[in-house]
Amino acid sequence: MIVSKVTVTALEKIQDRVFLIKCHSPYLAKNFEPGQFANIKVSESNFPLLRRPFSVCDVEGDEIVFMFAVHGAGTEILSNKRPGDTLDLIAPLGKGFNISDDPGVSVIVAGGIGAAPFPFLTRALGDSRVITYVGGRSSGDVITYGLRSPKVATDDGSIGFKGNIVDYFGSELPNYAGQRIKVYACGPNPMLRALQKLLITSGIEGELSTESAMACGFGICQGCPIEKSEADGRYLLICKDGPVFNAKDVVI
Amino acid sequence: MKTDLSVNIGGLKLKNPVLLASGTVGYGYEISNFIDLNTIGGIVTKSISLKPRKGNPPQRIVETPSGMLNAIGLANVGIEEFISEKLPFLAAYDTAVICNIAASTVDEYVECVRLLNGNETVKAFEINVSCPNVKEGGLIFGNDIKYVAEITGKVKKVADKPVIIKLSPNTSNISEFARTAKENGADAVSAINTLVGTSFNIYTRRPNIFNVTGGLSGPAIKPVALAKVLEISRKCDIPVIGIGGISGWEDVVEFMIVGASAVQIGTLNFVDPTAPQIIVDKLEEYCNKMKIEQIRSLTATYELG
Repeated sequence: MIVSKVTVTALEKIQDRVFLIKCHSPYLAKNFEPGQFANIKVSESNFPLLRRPFSVCDVEGDEIVFMFAVHGAGTEILSNKRPGDTLDLIAPLGKGFNISDDPGVSVIVAGGIGAAPFPFLTRALGDSRVITYVGGRSSGDVITYGLRSPKVATDDGSIGFKGNIVDYFGSELPNYAGQRIKVYACGPNPMLRALQKLLITSGIEGELSTESAMACGFGICQGCPIEKSEADGRYLLICKDGPVFNAKDVVI
Repeated sequence: MKTDLSVNIGGLKLKNPVLLASGTVGYGYEISNFIDLNTIGGIVTKSISLKPRKGNPPQRIVETPSGMLNAIGLANVGIEEFISEKLPFLAAYDTAVICNIAASTVDEYVECVRLLNGNETVKAFEINVSCPNVKEGGLIFGNDIKYVAEITGKVKKVADKPVIIKLSPNTSNISEFARTAKENGADAVSAINTLVGTSFNIYTRRPNIFNVTGGLSGPAIKPVALAKVLEISRKCDIPVIGIGGISGWEDVVEFMIVGASAVQIGTLNFVDPTAPQIIVDKLEEYCNKMKIEQIRSLTATYELG
């Protein structure tokens, strides 16, 4: 992990309030792993003072890509960056997804902006079999950028399966009978909690990418604790021990 | 000629006046990925208590204008693991290790000091009587001058290293606390700990941090910290370590001018972990430019009226 200043090469709006920001960084392009994140200073002033954590969305050649939804002052500033601007970031941070040499069937489950880390994971999974489930409240909230033939669910049924994405995946579990599957998920906490329950009761291996407010992003502020499944009087830190955890290890 | 950056704070010798504040660098390991700890005057470790403490549940931090609120709740590994697992890492560096101690009772402070006496890596104790985020100890001690007197006296009686009392700004007369610390033997005071603050979500009407209130830090508190350091400096003859919202070398100079003998860098470490080393370099440049031969000559050189 290093502090580096990188140059913005592109900012693309992919749907309402959702953007991709691309930056030139051969070092990070080489060293990022899917599921890791960068802690980004969006301005040079004290507003906002703290960095903002973003999962690496993809790596294309010497470029790194972040996906973000505008929902506050920090992301608003980020959405106004232009090619040639510099971004100050600390990366690569945290522990990403663990991909085995023989991945079997990989099942991606994403909710809303939780789709962010999966273009890179999909790329890393290469030619292996990947099934992707993507959910959102309504059709406008479903983000499918960089994903392979996603199966879609919306809470209001405006497109795809009507209901939440965990229920959709759960309804298709019989399809995977007899196959070795591993789930990779990211999304809002209620979604991760429901999925975690499903994975544990079904005995399916899974990794969950979590999020939290954090200041430093590398373990010194202690601002992002997460409870362990087997309590031993200590928290794990999302920034350093995560953000990706085995579904068995943490209490969401 | 080369500027002498060294300072001496009540017997604690530092190669330069830049310390890393307690609770903002853990036990030094993570930040060593970004800076060479050998270049820093010293590191004040995360508060250590006699037994491990889990700390507060999330959410522990929230950003505020030019600052942040934290309510970590003194999460730490406890003194036993601190000595066996954390100190050996710091021992390898040529930087002063100052152990910050937090406790719920007076006896617990004394016991922690006893356990660290004789340890060659630890060069001084910073006694945290001012954590705003725990129920017992913390602010109850820091706001009660009798407790500050008792803790300082009893700790000083057993300590074999310089004792620094970390003062709370959440009081109207910080210099009285500094005087009490001095009268009971403290070698220095550090000021300020965080200011009590809170932040609410206007849609849910719920607090943004679990603990309801937290400690405010960052550039927002620098003017308050400067005023407190100046007050202590004017009213009390004890070395002061200035803390509060330092975001660059200029702020270090400002703290020294109003009375600080050294400073601690805190929240800035979260934003730019490379900053402390840059600040040391820039301080040297400033001294050279201003023809200051010894940086310690800057302390309390304010001119009033």
